[in-house]
Amino acid sequence: MTSQIFRPHTGKILIKRGRVICPRQNIDRIADVLIENGRIKQIGDIASQSGVEEISAEGKVVAPGLVDIHVHLREPGGEAKETIATGTKAAAAGGITSVVSMPNTNPPMDNITDIQFVLGRAAQDASARVYPTGTISKGREGNEMSEIGAMVRVGCVAITDDGAGVQSSQLLRRALEYTKTFDIPVMEHAEDASLFAGGVMNEGTVATRLGLKGIPRQAEYIMAARDIALAELTGGRLHLTHMSTKESVELIRRAKEKGLKVTADVTPHHLVLTEDAVAEYMANAKVNPPLRTADDVSALRQALKEGVFDCIATDHAPHTQSEKAQEFSEAPFGLIGLETALPLMVTELVRAGVLTLPEMIRRMSDVPAKIFKLPGGSLEAGANADIVIFDPEAKQTFTRFVSRSQNSPFLGWQLHGVVERTIVGGHTVYLRVADPSASDKPSTVPHR
Amino acid sequence: MKHTNENVSHLLGLEYLTRLQIEQIIDQARPMKQLFTRTVKKVPLLRGRSVALVFFEPSTRTRTSFELAAKRLSADTLSVAASTSSVQKGESLIDTAKTLEAMKTDFIVLRHAASGAPHLIAREVKCHVVNAGDGQHEHPTQGLLDTFTILEKKKRIEGLKVAILGDVAHSRVARSNLWALSKLGAHVAVCGPETLLPKGLPEIFGPNVTVTSKIDEAIKDADVINVLRIQLERQKENLMPSVREYAEIFGLNSQRLATAKRDCIVLHPGPMNRGVEITSEVADSHQSVILEQVTNGIAVRMSVLYWLTGSPMMTVQKAKTLPSESEQLL
Repeated sequence: MTSQIFRPHTGKILIKRGRVICPRQNIDRIADVLIENGRIKQIGDIASQSGVEEISAEGKVVAPGLVDIHVHLREPGGEAKETIATGTKAAAAGGITSVVSMPNTNPPMDNITDIQFVLGRAAQDASARVYPTGTISKGREGNEMSEIGAMVRVGCVAITDDGAGVQSSQLLRRALEYTKTFDIPVMEHAEDASLFAGGVMNEGTVATRLGLKGIPRQAEYIMAARDIALAELTGGRLHLTHMSTKESVELIRRAKEKGLKVTADVTPHHLVLTEDAVAEYMANAKVNPPLRTADDVSALRQALKEGVFDCIATDHAPHTQSEKAQEFSEAPFGLIGLETALPLMVTELVRAGVLTLPEMIRRMSDVPAKIFKLPGGSLEAGANADIVIFDPEAKQTFTRFVSRSQNSPFLGWQLHGVVERTIVGGHTVYLRVADPSASDKPSTVPHR
Repeated sequence: MKHTNENVSHLLGLEYLTRLQIEQIIDQARPMKQLFTRTVKKVPLLRGRSVALVFFEPSTRTRTSFELAAKRLSADTLSVAASTSSVQKGESLIDTAKTLEAMKTDFIVLRHAASGAPHLIAREVKCHVVNAGDGQHEHPTQGLLDTFTILEKKKRIEGLKVAILGDVAHSRVARSNLWALSKLGAHVAVCGPETLLPKGLPEIFGPNVTVTSKIDEAIKDADVINVLRIQLERQKENLMPSVREYAEIFGLNSQRLATAKRDCIVLHPGPMNRGVEITSEVADSHQSVILEQVTNGIAVRMSVLYWLTGSPMMTVQKAKTLPSESEQLL
């Protein structure tokens, strides 16, 4: 079986009268979008033609499909949590057409065969484009460098030991130097293991009250500072992922002012939630880096607005119900984010006046695609027809997710921003069906 | 007297109780304690009910105290120890709790190494969940029995100076004491090495709680000193250099006790490391109420179990203004 998105799409589709937003081309106007043979043909006032499938987008936004550069698809080894098929189906439901998958699978992806496995599985049953990453170190053990060049040749787009930080400064230095040949980012989960030391939430008053071991904010920004120093030493491309503290923001700001090749992302949950979400022992809000304070949330939002953060990434981290139903200290870190990213950002950032809609789309498609050199993120003529159509005004309540896992702190939240349709290479991979009996339950239908 | 349990069906922590509820549980512990002076120490208040004692951590004192409390109320008790249960076979905590619920157990008394473990099962089962100590979070019955003991000796809590000494960061006893004492209006001085003092105590417990690493400041003019047990393994985590140094700089000895008020009482939740956090001289002195805490623990636990059922209160006339009969017996 071959995934539909890997089959060529033939014919024409005309998306009519939507608010077309393409930040890369600086477009934000009511227009029609014509797709031909799986690619964008034209944006403008385009007359209906007989034999051309028409999609009305009146009152909706038509934008490049979102690009999420931090996704745990869990396959191989964690199929009870998520697979490439279910994870990309969830991505499609969230308007995300390209995902960068993390290599902390079991076994970790540290060689050509593992990268090829992901690409092969994606070709069989993915509903979104999958771009794999490989580990920095063999076995993700933090000692010897993986065969980075070989992995890049077969399609690895970045390297990362995500799940934990690289503790050896020497290893990170070598990785930043070595990858310059291939011009890929080294994606770093900045965390000092000795300060982290078995913590389970942000260190502070909530942790004290709950009697939970805290993770000091310094565990993140000590390493962010070191990582930036190594980017300066090597001239390599450093991407700092899921930044959570206001101090990290200042470090990244200064690195950029110096002209270093440093980029960074922030997650929707760190932009929306504080450590209070953990009380009283809500394992679905247990995430690493931990949710911080209201001060951090406002600094992260400001940094995103100012472009200190280049992009938004979900760190979608599925875990089974029984794993999350353990004692708080035993439950694994992570929450799912693919389906709530767009609505959270529409509700919490755009409606709150932090970002405009085009700025939000820019940070969720155009820029992340550029950093990881992916083909998406644009509606330019000739680009893949990867498109999200969403209603920024409509509301939905999240009661059930398409993802195989349900570990979200946003269950039961009512949010603005409803994805109506997601298109990958001209194929509709997600279509919201208005069900009068359960009007706010999204569901997918097979294409045609 | 109007029952204050309202919809409180579990005892997860003293944080979640009002001042009135705490006072009511303690008031009701007085008549319970009176029973202990009789030859027949048993009353039929919980006859026909069953209390499961689920202990995932080794504990002799708290488990036997709960067991006696339940038995003196005529309840049936069953003990589930982690080492012999299906936990060994990988059963989850929620499944263990649901199994006990399916056996129509009325109470689950839970001791667990993970903070929040009782909250987890309280969300899943209908039985009354009683926290018998969860990780570094709370040990509410210890907080209640300490408060009861102080009240018996001092006749009030409001305005007292209470020093809590030791490993506050990792202590569930400290948290429960802080909730009870701050709600009841005591001034609490928390003291230990800086490495064992958690962040944000005054923000959490209010301005009547002060934090210091200088033991002389904490003890000066204290009405009550509550000495916490020091876990000897803290040494390995670089939280203190040695037990010997701890004893010298932070331990309670007679010289230090002499700087407190003359009638200052000394509490310790046990088991004691004699010669570390407390000297034998202090532990065995007339100011020590450590063994009375043990007796009071049973009375308070009886009161908690009975209170959670929402049944009519057992009271002592004018308990708050006059010493009760039980106190006169001491």
